Amino acid sequence: MTRLDESQWEGDLETLKGLVSDRAFAGETMVLNMGPQHPSTHGVLRVLLELDGEEIVNCAPDVGFLHTGIEKTMEAKRYEQAITLTDRADYLNNLGNNLVFCLAMEKLFELDVPPRAQYLRVLLAELTRINSHLVWLGTHALDLGAMSMMLYCFRERERVLVIFEMLSGQRMMTSYFRPGGVWRETVPEFEPAVRDFLNYFPAKIDDYERILTENPLWLDRTQGVGFISAEDAIRYGCSGPTLRGSGVNWDIRKAMPYSSYEDFEFDVPVGQHGDVYDRYMVRIQEMRQSVRIVQQALDRLPDGPFRSNNRKYVPPPRSELGHSMEAVIHHFKLWTEGFRPPKGEVYVRVESPRGELGCYLVSDGGPKPWRVHLRTPSFAHLSALPVMTKGYMIADVVGIIGSIDIVLGDCDR
Amino acid sequence: MTTFEQRVSAAKAIQDALPDAVERLYEFRGDVTLVIKSEKIVDVCRYCRDTDGLQFDMFSGVTGVDYYPDSPRFALVYHLYSMRNNISLELKAYLDDETPSVESVTSIYPAANWFEREAYDMFGIQINNHPDLRRILMPQDWEGHPLRKDYPLGYETVQFSFNFDEINKHKPYAKE
Repeated sequence: MTRLDESQWEGDLETLKGLVSDRAFAGETMVLNMGPQHPSTHGVLRVLLELDGEEIVNCAPDVGFLHTGIEKTMEAKRYEQAITLTDRADYLNNLGNNLVFCLAMEKLFELDVPPRAQYLRVLLAELTRINSHLVWLGTHALDLGAMSMMLYCFRERERVLVIFEMLSGQRMMTSYFRPGGVWRETVPEFEPAVRDFLNYFPAKIDDYERILTENPLWLDRTQGVGFISAEDAIRYGCSGPTLRGSGVNWDIRKAMPYSSYEDFEFDVPVGQHGDVYDRYMVRIQEMRQSVRIVQQALDRLPDGPFRSNNRKYVPPPRSELGHSMEAVIHHFKLWTEGFRPPKGEVYVRVESPRGELGCYLVSDGGPKPWRVHLRTPSFAHLSALPVMTKGYMIADVVGIIGSIDIVLGDCDR
Repeated sequence: MTTFEQRVSAAKAIQDALPDAVERLYEFRGDVTLVIKSEKIVDVCRYCRDTDGLQFDMFSGVTGVDYYPDSPRFALVYHLYSMRNNISLELKAYLDDETPSVESVTSIYPAANWFEREAYDMFGIQINNHPDLRRILMPQDWEGHPLRKDYPLGYETVQFSFNFDEINKHKPYAKE
């Protein structure tokens, strides 16, 4: 590493050229650094703001503070080991990230997934959505001054995490989805726990809405703030609730159903105004729809195997190891050298709580993925932040960042 | 028409309309990929976005791939999606080994801005006419491009009392 050159220091005027307007150089506007340790940036996001009084002239997000090289590390791990890295990328959408990587692998391997596993995946993906939206609502409302929301949301989230722990042994880093199905059969307490949650949770959403939806302070802070038009939202690669808040009815669960989402009945909430409030409403309604999906998945959860019977990719059950030589061979091969998928590349999209989560997987025929790219929604949304913040007050930035529901682990990977 | 047939017919339409830009078309597991000449990427993207019946209005991202030691070594894969027609399409452009460079598509898709910066940061692919080509995930003064295959996965040696000074000497602290 060479010695740092003076001109490379951030904060130097030269490095600001192109990021802020010429008025900043003339001293007419003020350049303010926000983050990366600011509590309302939801992690380690640095935003460079150019202010005219309190009005935002320019906004330049700076990301990468949470870059952990997950894509590079995945290339050095076998496919099965790489699953554990996916839930560390977006730590609020752990099962959703497992899902997109497993779907990409299954598409590449042409691996079948039994119906029970598919329904379990849908059920858990929707619980993950509720989990993520609860954290979003708690922190977003906290940013705008509604402190009690944080406590209520985390109280409900705890119940979801307990369900995750019941299944996978982990509250957050679940790694429960595996190629060909799920890691293990559900435990007997699982179904009653989910039913309990379903009976308990809808009334809580009503409570949240009673606190916020018609609260004049909340309306003042959110309505007409952070506007992005439908055309701009598409042009800047927005997806998920951020796009639907602008009135575009696009949900990957409907447009390109995966993991048997086509079997479920649910509505896609769509906003109209493209402001912070509409994005809030879309997510609140999404939680209700997720409850509907979980209910259907639980009621119709099929019996049968929980993972595929393809022994080239899926380890044999423990019970077979005692009497089947083939099972021992498969087990040995899978855990020593992994599987060798065909050459090729696939791209898979799923609807994460934040938007379009894509996984581009390249295989060279070896036991390790040649290249994994996670196309993450937070990354695209943050690049649209300058469009959303332009012309608003500095106090609104906090609300706008909250409304696009960024997770920096998701953005920086 | 099934989704897959729609994808194939859309890709065929692009191939017929721009025969000198498209090298070949292949499909794998339902994904349709057009291999295009890297210097024509802007034309192809503009055609994909503006033509009736295609209208690929959503830019999902661009991914770099390093096929080292094969040649051509680098490739960029553009993921496009048409919201109106519900079709997705992959465009793949192979790049030169030594000095990979490609024209920026930010004029067509503003969403490409950060994804192209990531490709530059991670693979050292030069993006021409990009409005703001800086590193995005790595620090500005970083050397090398981490996702290249000849860039080693690094490990930090553990410092014990007996080798503390030796390792400390080589650490890249920020100096004045």
